[in-house]
Amino acid sequence: MKPEDIFKKNIKTIRKLLLSFVLVFLMLIGGLFFFIRNETTKNTTIEAIESSDYVEISKEDDFDKIENGIHVATGFVEGDGLMLVVQNCTSCHSAKLVTQNRMSKEKWLATIRWMQESQNLWDLGVNEAPILDYLSTYYAPNQIGRRANLTDIDWYELK
Amino acid sequence: MERRKFIQGTSLASLASLLGVSIVFANNIPENYTLVALQETDPFALFKKNKQMIVLNDKPWNIETQAHLLNDKVTPNAAMFVRNNGNIPENIDTKKWELTIDGESVKQEKKYTLQELKTKFKQYTYQLTLECGGNGRSEFNPPAKGNQWTIGAVSCARYTGIRLKDLLEDVGIKSNAVYVGYHAADTHLSGDPSKEPISRGVPLYKALQDETLIAFKMNGEEIPLVHGYPLRLVVGGFPASASGKWLTRLSIRNKVHDGEKMTGSSYKVPKNPVAPNETVKEEDMQIIESMPVKSLITYPKSGATFPLTKKLAINGHAWAGELAVIKVDYSIDFGSTWKTCDLKTATNKFAWQHFSAEITFPQKGYYEIWAKATDTNGVAQPMLVPGWNPKGYLNNACHRIAVKVV
Repeated sequence: MKPEDIFKKNIKTIRKLLLSFVLVFLMLIGGLFFFIRNETTKNTTIEAIESSDYVEISKEDDFDKIENGIHVATGFVEGDGLMLVVQNCTSCHSAKLVTQNRMSKEKWLATIRWMQESQNLWDLGVNEAPILDYLSTYYAPNQIGRRANLTDIDWYELK
Repeated sequence: MERRKFIQGTSLASLASLLGVSIVFANNIPENYTLVALQETDPFALFKKNKQMIVLNDKPWNIETQAHLLNDKVTPNAAMFVRNNGNIPENIDTKKWELTIDGESVKQEKKYTLQELKTKFKQYTYQLTLECGGNGRSEFNPPAKGNQWTIGAVSCARYTGIRLKDLLEDVGIKSNAVYVGYHAADTHLSGDPSKEPISRGVPLYKALQDETLIAFKMNGEEIPLVHGYPLRLVVGGFPASASGKWLTRLSIRNKVHDGEKMTGSSYKVPKNPVAPNETVKEEDMQIIESMPVKSLITYPKSGATFPLTKKLAINGHAWAGELAVIKVDYSIDFGSTWKTCDLKTATNKFAWQHFSAEITFPQKGYYEIWAKATDTNGVAQPMLVPGWNPKGYLNNACHRIAVKVV
């Protein structure tokens, strides 16, 4: 054999070796992929059976999450007493009923009393004071005057 | 980790079913569960509402519309505001649904099936304005508690049903009857079955008007669930809370009905004007009956920009509770001068009236277009928020939109 023929043969062998390496590698990756996929499906199926109340779980997962000073799950402003308010004020009605309102401490207290007298709200006990502080701090009245300026105007070209 | 993946997968699946593409992990979801998840997350799909409507409250559901969504002469379901005091009833069986008539002033208690109501009495169709007593509450200062409605708690759909007066005649009522109170199938938020979320009513004179209906249909179709399916009292011109949804019982009373939200300060205003923030005793409050004169500019949507050469066409609706509207004016200079709009008469009593105008602007710049309606008693809408009241009812201040001439 000439030296260049030996060289060509060696090249062929290396090429074959490389190709088989690539094939084995691809098979391994593929196998691993299907294995993981099957495992995932298996696990999720079990999860699905075990946790028919998965929506609750998803809430629990992010329940304490605060973003830009807002408690994501409820929309309440972050502040002292937040979780007491969440626990006591959102089991009957939406947090939105609180967050869209602005009241003085006296008016928030009157609202709590009204709910206790007529809407089955329980005695808030030692939690009443921090709840009132939270509400009257973060949901206090704004002085809007007798007629406010128009705001949030969405300008568009009239055709 | 796996749990999170699954949760993400299911929310994707819910979304996918909305979009009409194949559902990933479909086999893992119990058959009825996707629907419930959707109901909880998308009120617009659930109630078939325009996505531009604004959710004020999701427990209970309260959703308001926007002025430009009300441009139709007859309000479509998709643009009609949602007002709830309790939970929407579930599992309604129309075959078993009955309307009971009782109370101190009924000659004898009587029950009607839906079928009897539909076949025994003549049916009528009217277009009726329903506005929440608290519409405009968000503008009161100091603020009043409750859902902070801006301008979108008003509608004027077409209802088909029987006259309440025909039903009362069939039952037979005593001469001492003064009030008709309703009871309904919705449930209290606290879950307490002994509590009613709302049980209001109307004085006898209102109950006996031709246009006061026990309705089966809204805009030619069965009333949507959220608006009172299968049976609703519809009382145009009064606070919409008088128009009880999911109607199961009417009590003919020998006194003012004392159901939930008829007593205390609910749907009441001071008998005499009070200063802002004044405490008013219960005996100094009176029940709201006729809603006040009001109007809305429904075209164009606020925020329009257009060239000085363009004449701007505006239109909208005006209504006045028990009365009619005799005039609608508009101003582009904050009330310094007013011009009169073209105004149509109502299609029937208690339906809103349509107004329109063409406006030429004197120069480029920012303008607000204000509309002011006047009722047959000569009473007009105020430009400022009207007299303060503890619960923030009856704000009929002029509606305005912003435009820019460029």
